[in-house]
Amino acid sequence: MIKSNSGIRKADVINRRMFIIGAAKIVVFAGIVARLFSLQINDNKKYLTLSDKNRIREWKLPPTRGNIVDYYGKVIAGNLKVYQLHIIPEQVENFNYLLLRLKNLLDLSDKKINKIKKLKEELKPWDSIIVSENLSWSQFVKINNYLYDLVGVKPVMIISRNYPFKDMYTHVLGYVSQPNEQEILENEIVQERFVPGMKIGKLGLEKRLENHLIGTNAIQRYEVNAYGKRINQLEHQKGEQGSKIRLTVDTEIQKSCAELLSEKAGSISVMDIYTGDIIAMYSSPSYNPNLFLFGISQDEWQLIRNNPLKPLIHKTISGLYSPGSTIKPIVALSALENNVIDTKFKVKCTGKMELYGQTFHCWKEKGHGWVSLKNAMKQSCDTYFYEIARLLGVDRLSITAQKFGLGKKVLGSYFDNEKKGLFPNTNWKKNNLGKGWVLGETLITGIGQGYIQSTPLQLCMMTAQIANGGYAINPKIVVDNNPMNIDQAKKLMKDQHLHDLNNKLFKNKKNIQIVQEAMFSSTNERFGTSYKSRIEDPKYQFAGKTGTAQVKRISKRERELDLELEQIPYKDRDHALYVAYGPYVNPRYALSIIVEHGGSGSRAAAPIAKKLFKLIIDRHDLRKKQSNYEEISI
Amino acid sequence: MFQHDKLNNEITFFQKLKDLDYILLFSVMLLSAISLFVMYSTDGGEILFHTKNHFVKLVVFFPLMILVAFFNIKLWHNLSYIIYLLVMLLLIYVSLFGIKSSGSQRWMDLYLFVLQPSELMKVAIIMCLAKYYHRLKIENVNSFLSIIVVLSIILIPIIFVISQPDLGTSILIALSGLIILWLGGVKIKYFIYSFITFLISLPFIISFLKPYQKLRILTFLDPDRDPLGAGYQIIQSKIAIGSGGLDGKGFLKGTQSYLDFLPEKHTDFIFTLFSEEFGFIGSVGLLVLYSIIIFRIVRIGSLSRSNFARLFCFGYAFAIFIYIVVNLSMVLGLLPIVGSPLPIMSYGGSSMLATMIGLGIVLSAKINHKQMIA
Repeated sequence: MIKSNSGIRKADVINRRMFIIGAAKIVVFAGIVARLFSLQINDNKKYLTLSDKNRIREWKLPPTRGNIVDYYGKVIAGNLKVYQLHIIPEQVENFNYLLLRLKNLLDLSDKKINKIKKLKEELKPWDSIIVSENLSWSQFVKINNYLYDLVGVKPVMIISRNYPFKDMYTHVLGYVSQPNEQEILENEIVQERFVPGMKIGKLGLEKRLENHLIGTNAIQRYEVNAYGKRINQLEHQKGEQGSKIRLTVDTEIQKSCAELLSEKAGSISVMDIYTGDIIAMYSSPSYNPNLFLFGISQDEWQLIRNNPLKPLIHKTISGLYSPGSTIKPIVALSALENNVIDTKFKVKCTGKMELYGQTFHCWKEKGHGWVSLKNAMKQSCDTYFYEIARLLGVDRLSITAQKFGLGKKVLGSYFDNEKKGLFPNTNWKKNNLGKGWVLGETLITGIGQGYIQSTPLQLCMMTAQIANGGYAINPKIVVDNNPMNIDQAKKLMKDQHLHDLNNKLFKNKKNIQIVQEAMFSSTNERFGTSYKSRIEDPKYQFAGKTGTAQVKRISKRERELDLELEQIPYKDRDHALYVAYGPYVNPRYALSIIVEHGGSGSRAAAPIAKKLFKLIIDRHDLRKKQSNYEEISI
Repeated sequence: MFQHDKLNNEITFFQKLKDLDYILLFSVMLLSAISLFVMYSTDGGEILFHTKNHFVKLVVFFPLMILVAFFNIKLWHNLSYIIYLLVMLLLIYVSLFGIKSSGSQRWMDLYLFVLQPSELMKVAIIMCLAKYYHRLKIENVNSFLSIIVVLSIILIPIIFVISQPDLGTSILIALSGLIILWLGGVKIKYFIYSFITFLISLPFIISFLKPYQKLRILTFLDPDRDPLGAGYQIIQSKIAIGSGGLDGKGFLKGTQSYLDFLPEKHTDFIFTLFSEEFGFIGSVGLLVLYSIIIFRIVRIGSLSRSNFARLFCFGYAFAIFIYIVVNLSMVLGLLPIVGSPLPIMSYGGSSMLATMIGLGIVLSAKINHKQMIA
């Protein structure tokens, strides 16, 4: 009982204490309810707005691309203000009525209207729909006049790429356009900075230098409610324009190239023979890159694509041609270097050469008679070069040709559409065609026909390296941090000559001079193939070599017919080529010209050089002054 | 007395079933159902990982509660010390070999789920002290020796839990233990004296806190001092609750949680999401539901003949009350952030296990309320 008593007493204590606790519990719970009341009822409005305004959101705007300028700082790829028309669906009272109004005002197609309607379904009501990417000024004014009636419509000004010289630089620069998904994923920087409406380089330097040109996004910070809708703009952080890129090209010369090749298919490249700067690089015909900025129309695209002169091909670096007689300086040099011939070596040209029952024709049916190297080069005697090629062999010839840049890319990785070309030798044929080399193939290689294929830029570089005395150069189109002037480049070459034999492309300097003299006579002496295109003023005097590349085999019948150019179908006409450098004394520039199906080098290509050289050399002093022009960095 | 013993031992299965407290059971089930809906909402309106796991835990632990209830309260009385010691061993094991996660070492891997022994200690300490005071003569309640013993019983597990480190659970264990001391009849003046001592030594204690714990206290005092850092949780939680208003934003429409402004919305901040979506009415409703549970537990305690059952029920009712108060005060910005789950509502297996075992013992006390324990 005592125990029981104690238990009851204990229970009493417990109950009493529990009562106190119970009271405390009620008080505490009441406190919590009061707190809930104060937060949820009293301060509800305050917290509701805080919740609504909660999230800070950033909107990235498209970055502004860096300008691309020519050697003189002239903008060749710049930016332009463009007027666009946006609709903000949630502000629109009657969407269909608005579309009807816009359709009338802007002449929108039904297809476009349907596209807008589809976009409206896909986007959030506060996301703007782009109705027109590029309003003309008159459209812009019209819209602004009727703006009172167009609730929810917003005219917007944006920055867009612009190519002021239209089709002049298309093949060099490429163009920008909206990227597809894969292009965004391929480039980390693009992926990071991508916003709808941003355009990236699709081709040429715009593509190659994307990461330098792209610029950084401007950022707008908005406070948004929990539903993601913008309430007010907090901050506008300016983006940085992409790097300015300076090219080695000269717009005046480029323009002249374009004019000289107008209506023709072909290419002109001009190069500084010491620094490797590309002064001009034009492929004809070209097309207007501005068409691609806001999506090219199907009709315009078909027009470009189906043009028989193939404007989409960058002929200067992707066009592969037989060099024809323009290869002869290299054949001559190779023969001299390998001591196969000397200047006194003579061949009798009878107009053809028989070898194992096969006849190899010289272009001059009657033949040139006894010719030495100089005369052979001057009159472009094929028989002479058949003979020295035969003596030399294709393998020794290909070593010299490859040294001078044939068969490899000139600009390395700068253009992904650049082609390597081909200079064949016996191994190449065995490995690639599985057949043994035939001596007849050596003969036609000696006059630049057969397997041999080269780009116009390779021929230009080859000529430049003969012109500078036989030293290797690194052609470039983008001005780097410390562009060398000509004196520095010359000095560097002399030093290389002493220290580094790899950059010296000859064994005996005299051989180069012999070839140079032969090229001089070809242009400046009577009976020279380009004698008609000579300039006698020593300031502009140049040396060169014509070339006429057959595009098909000439049949016996055709040879007998001896048709005039106009009588041959366009597709079957020979390509006209010309390589040259000048001025002859103290040379500085080399060029290569090719006119597709132009007939012959002396008639179609060499006269272009005459017109061009005067301009190139006249602009030399100006270029020299610009050489220290600093500003660009990539 | 003997007769009663015999009588109770012969309670049939159906009798036991009939004697369960159905108001309490219904309340717990309702709460479980609500918790599932809220979990579904935290998963973004889909049945994902948290919802599935929470459901599985409810399905496993709810029958476990009934099972515990069907054992005689006397058995639980007899096992109290052993359970306390077992949990103590688990705590030691965890402190040596436990799993580390985000800087603390509180868990052990049981393959099926990860156990946090400190959660079990929240119940075990009540059992242990309830038994101690049940057996202690009332004259000895305030003796020096008994005070030393009970303080040791409380302090030893706390040392291990606080070194995990886990301040929140240590406080809850301490309060659960102290309430039994209070109910057992320890003199009120001792409570007052020790409270004063606590206040005086507070600066000393604070110097022992970990930097992040100090930061939490500073943040509590002024949440705006670092709104995107330490104060973020409190501010966002208050915004979420406050913006809920009278009737809430509606189920699955809690923008704060959907835009991921709420941290730890599955566990400690589950009430925030609930309150944002169901507003003041829903929150008070939830509090009423909890109050019913607490009231039913207290009622079972006052029906019980044995002081062990009485002490356990009162103590456990207070423990649940204190869990709720600490958790709600935290999310309402009334207390610094200490990790403490909301019973049944919060995601977490160990907390649910401990809660269900505790409720099971309470129900056992209900079935066997006439049981006397020597």
